[in-house]
Amino acid sequence: MDLSLLPDGGMRWLDASGPKSTIVLSTRIRLARNVHGIPFSQRAKDADRTAVFERVREAAQSSDHLGAAVAFRLDLMDRPERQLLHERHLVSKELAGLEREARPRPGAALLVQDQVGVMVNEEDHLRLHGMWSGFDLEDAYAAVEAVDLELGRLVPFAFHPEFGYLTSCPTNAGTGLRASVLIHLPGLVLTKEINKVLQGLSQVGLTFRGLYGEGSEVVGNFFQLSNQTTLGKTEDELIDHLGKIVRQVVEYEEQARDVLLRTAPEEVEDKTWRAYGLLKHARRLSFEETMNLLSGVRLGVGLNLLPGPGVYTLNKLLIYTQPAHLAAMDGRSTGDRELPTVRAAFVRRLLEAEPS
Amino acid sequence: MLCDNCKERDAIINLTQVEHDSKVTLHLCEQCAQQKGVETGGAVMKSPLGNFLGALGKGAALVPAGADAVRCPACNSSLRDFRDTGRLGCDQCYSAFDGHLRDLLRRLHGSSQHVGERYEAPGTNGESDPRSRLLELKAQLRRAVEGENFELAAELRDRIRVLE
Repeated sequence: MDLSLLPDGGMRWLDASGPKSTIVLSTRIRLARNVHGIPFSQRAKDADRTAVFERVREAAQSSDHLGAAVAFRLDLMDRPERQLLHERHLVSKELAGLEREARPRPGAALLVQDQVGVMVNEEDHLRLHGMWSGFDLEDAYAAVEAVDLELGRLVPFAFHPEFGYLTSCPTNAGTGLRASVLIHLPGLVLTKEINKVLQGLSQVGLTFRGLYGEGSEVVGNFFQLSNQTTLGKTEDELIDHLGKIVRQVVEYEEQARDVLLRTAPEEVEDKTWRAYGLLKHARRLSFEETMNLLSGVRLGVGLNLLPGPGVYTLNKLLIYTQPAHLAAMDGRSTGDRELPTVRAAFVRRLLEAEPS
Repeated sequence: MLCDNCKERDAIINLTQVEHDSKVTLHLCEQCAQQKGVETGGAVMKSPLGNFLGALGKGAALVPAGADAVRCPACNSSLRDFRDTGRLGCDQCYSAFDGHLRDLLRRLHGSSQHVGERYEAPGTNGESDPRSRLLELKAQLRRAVEGENFELAAELRDRIRVLE
C-alpha cells in the first residue's frame, strides 16, 4: 500500500481553510447504504462480501466522483498500515479490524478520491463519507450526496417506502445520514460549562463522541457532535438542525473564552505559554499529553495570546503524532518504547520551522 | 415550563408524536418521560445500542412472548438474533419484522416514516434518465472490453457518443 497515492494523504481537511477552523476542525458526512438482496455484513458470507466489493468497485470506476479512486483492500493489508488509515479518519476501527485480536473481514475495503470515499463491508455494505475543513456542512453533504446519486444508479440500494434506506442497525435507518463536526471546546471545559452543554445536546436530538467517533474517549478537549436520529426528518432538516446547534455551541465557546480572558487573563496566558514551552522543549511526550498540550496552544492561538504556530501546523501535529504515523515515519513498530522520544523530536522539528 | 403530565416538575424533554396524521408535542419532566418509555439523556449518551436493546428487552408489548421465533424468510435470522446482536440479517428483515421494527423505530427516532430522499432502484425508472443510462453504458463498455467482445464494445461506444 502506498499512502502517497493519495493527494494530501486523503486529508485536505487538515489545511484549516474552512469556516471557523480555529474552533471547528472538520465537518464529516456519512451515508449508510446496503445492496438490495445481499445479507447485511454481520450475516453475509465471504462470497457475499466479495460480491459487494466487486459491485461497488465496478460502479465507482464508471462514476465521475470515484472514477479515479484509490482502493485499499484492508483484508490484505498489515496492521500498521490499517492503523494509519484509521488515524487519518478514513476508516473506522471496526473496518480496519483494530479491535483487540480482530482481523478485517474479507472484502473490507476503502475507496477514496479527493475528499470523498466509501468504506465497503463495514457495518453496512457501503458507508459513503466526506470530510471538509472547518464548519462546512453544506459543501460536505453536497459532495457525498453526489457520490450517493451516482452509485445508487448502478448498484441497487436497499430501500423501503416507509422506513427509507435500510441499514444493519435500525439506529441508522431512514436517511442513513450521520453529520458530524469535530469541535475544540477548551473554553467550556475550563469554565466547567461543558457538561451543561453536552446534556443540552441530548435534549435536542444530538449526541457527542470522542476524537475517533463511536466508542472513543474525549482527548484534548475535542468533541464530535452529530445527529442522533436519522429517520422522520429530511436530510436538509437534519443538517440545518445540527448546523444551528453547532453555531450556538461555537458562540458559547467564544463567550467562555471571553470570560476566561476577563476573569483570569494571566492564568490563561500562562497556561498556553506553558503548553507551548513543553511542546517545544520536551524530550519525551506521550500521545495523550501531546493532545492536551496542543489543546492549550490551540486555545492560545485562537485568543491571539500566542503569535504562532499556524492552525494548519497544529492540525498536522494532531495526525502525525499518533502512534502508527510516528512508527511509519521512523521505521519502528507502534509498540516501540522509544516512540515518546520520537514524538517529542518530531514536535520540536515542526514547531521550529514555524514563526513564534 | 412545567411538565404537561404531572404539572409539578420542570419539563426538560419535548416528546413529539404523530397521532392520526397530526403532530402532538408533550413537554415532560425526566420522571414522566421515563414512565412514557422515553429514554432520557444520560442513557442515550452512554450507549445508544444498549439503549435500544434495553427498550426492546423490557418491552413485553414490543416483542410478545413467542415472537422471538419469528424468522425472516430471506436470510433465516430470527427476532431473537436481532435482540442478541442489535443487527438485522438483511433488508427483507424490515418486512418480516415490520410490526416490531415500526415500534422500535418510533422509539429511536420519534417516527417510522422516512421523509428524506426517495430512491429509485436502477432499472425501475432509470431508462428515462440519460445520465444514469450513460453511466450504465460505460460500465457495460468496460465489461465488453475486458471480455474482448469488441463488436459489442464498438456498438456501445457509438451509443455513448450519441448520449454525450
